[in-house]
Amino acid sequence: MDYNISHLKELESESIFILREVAAQFEKPVILFSGGKDSILMVYLAVKAFAPARVPFPLLHVDTGHNFPETLKFRDLLVEKYGLKLNVGYVQDAIDNGHVVEEQGFNSSRNGLQIYTLLDELEKGKYDAAMGGGRRDEEKARAKERFFSHRDEFGQWDPKNQRPELWNLFNGRKNFGEHFRVFPISNWTELDVWQYLAMENVPLPNLYLSHERDVIKRDGTLLADSEYLDKKPEEEVFKAQVRCRTIGDMTCTGVWESDAATVEDIIQEIATTRMTERGGRTDDKRSETSMEDRKKEGYF
Amino acid sequence: MSEVYKYEESELLRFTTAGSVDDGKSTLIGRMLYDSKSIFQDQYDQLKETTERRGEEGVNLALLTDGLKAEREQGITIDVAYRYFSTPKRKFIIADTPGHIQYTRNMVTGASTANVALILIDARNGVVEQTRRHAIIASLLQIPHVVVCINKMDLVDYDQTRYDEIQDQFEKFATKLDVKDIHFIPISALIGDNVVNRSDKTSWYEGPTLMYFLENVHISSDHNFIDVRFPVQFVIRPNTDEHHDYRGYAGRVAGGVLKKGDEVLLLPTGFTTKITKIMGPDGEQNEAHPPESVTVLVEDKLDLSRGDMIVRPNNKPDIGQDIEVMLCWFDNNKPLQANGKYALKHTSQDVRCVVKEIRYKLDINTLHRELEDMTINMNDMARVVLRTTKPLFTDAYRKNRITGSIILIDEGTNSTVAAGMVI
Repeated sequence: MDYNISHLKELESESIFILREVAAQFEKPVILFSGGKDSILMVYLAVKAFAPARVPFPLLHVDTGHNFPETLKFRDLLVEKYGLKLNVGYVQDAIDNGHVVEEQGFNSSRNGLQIYTLLDELEKGKYDAAMGGGRRDEEKARAKERFFSHRDEFGQWDPKNQRPELWNLFNGRKNFGEHFRVFPISNWTELDVWQYLAMENVPLPNLYLSHERDVIKRDGTLLADSEYLDKKPEEEVFKAQVRCRTIGDMTCTGVWESDAATVEDIIQEIATTRMTERGGRTDDKRSETSMEDRKKEGYF
Repeated sequence: MSEVYKYEESELLRFTTAGSVDDGKSTLIGRMLYDSKSIFQDQYDQLKETTERRGEEGVNLALLTDGLKAEREQGITIDVAYRYFSTPKRKFIIADTPGHIQYTRNMVTGASTANVALILIDARNGVVEQTRRHAIIASLLQIPHVVVCINKMDLVDYDQTRYDEIQDQFEKFATKLDVKDIHFIPISALIGDNVVNRSDKTSWYEGPTLMYFLENVHISSDHNFIDVRFPVQFVIRPNTDEHHDYRGYAGRVAGGVLKKGDEVLLLPTGFTTKITKIMGPDGEQNEAHPPESVTVLVEDKLDLSRGDMIVRPNNKPDIGQDIEVMLCWFDNNKPLQANGKYALKHTSQDVRCVVKEIRYKLDINTLHRELEDMTINMNDMARVVLRTTKPLFTDAYRKNRITGSIILIDEGTNSTVAAGMVI
């Protein structure tokens, strides 16, 4: 007899297994919520994993202060819908208290500053496992990431000394003060995420769909214009029909020219596109290993 | 909507590649990614730029899989890298493992979840020590399908005699192995012969191209659908007014088919009860099979928690505190300690164990059983007897890769120091 399971159902099953494993192995796990489709997917899978009980983890949002307003509105609706608990760590607080210094000048961003707030919030909340929506297909350093990724007491990642992961066996043992980053959707690709969100009819922020917006062009990438963006005099603001492929800090997340009006359009677009979704992230373009460098220090 | 429906039917296939750069492994992966349009323009541009900066020619596809700074600097692969691509028929996950000598631990890791192993042979060199090692690991890890890619056929003039000779060499050696399904394909990864497109230079070869094979090999029977094994992973108790008495046993089916109404046996307590409900990600379902994650509800209020197992009364796993395993040692700081104590993970159980006996060390190049030198260092394999603090519910690894596998953890460092297959 044949018992087939589709790739999306198998990925779903694997992620649910990981989420339940986190609930079983850790005392105080938390979901890192950015407002993007990957964190929305994670919340959606967590709801399925523990139904009819509530999701046994709170959400933690590290807020750079440079959000698309739509992101915050969507976040609050999601929290209310599933009866979740939300904690927010503000990068602005770390700047005001002098823990970190804001980058100056052109192309400055609060991306790197998030590390301080993230680690500080994890420590304050005594969280021992922080789940992120990172996927291995996103970026070359992430391709080497484990499902259960050990972090030392400084929150650092040691990519050369990772625990092997075999079969369904995940080793979450740690010393006091250390924590884990867990990536339940490691094996999903961007296309898998969209196909699944379409199949399940999951509501998403409309930022992902085509809309008209004021933008500027920088290094070949379109950036959304906002009060947070430092512009050079020659950088011209113009209107364009765009959508987000990822949602992050407004100052460094590129937007794409697109007419995709539905999730099905997005699937078509991704299936034929020739650029990776992080191709529009200026934070990744700073150097060839900027993701690895940030991850070693404790980045998402 | 029709598009989405089509995606719903595509299956997931995991395969592992083993070999060194010299075998053309990176070229082969690059070829598959490139021909299936899975390398993006910005990735390609970045590769080209890096290759040029290093003063090399062309586009070094190995840089695609070597993601870490140290790897790119030293030109080696340190770790397992996971790569993804899909065709309209299937989604593929490649566990790409390094080819240098100290790679056993990584290959074992990549092999543990693979449906298919690709073994590369350079047609000029034929079966070498590394080929044997790859095949032995594929056999020990019970990868259901092995594809031997005889590569660089262009360099031996697509000679059928040479191809037959290598196939013969491999088959002779493979009689000693436990591999269920072996295929041979003559390819040239560099030129693309028989990788995605059929070659017109190997008219004597009547089998499929590599991609056709990967898209069509029958994998739905790679799981065990006979022996019901449901390790309880987590107990769901909502404690709300609406679901006051709800107790759901969550887990991933490790074997067999669970059906609503089935009489089941609970381990270790030995009570029998009936399945009243199976809840899947989309609500109630009548049955559940591997690898589905579900929640099972039973008729009676019984003691059942994480680490316990739901089975059928007439089909029990082995229950006991002494298990014999083939162990692959991972730790580079300390060898396996005879009489040493370790934490042990098996399905959802956490126990401790002591190494009662090291029976022999297995030479993974020759399958020779070493009885004199019993020092088990990193990348060594050994057959050992373990005594656990609590009974485990195991099956032979040959029968079930999930209920037949364990890992050992050093209790001082918390590192995963070994993987074991129950014999």
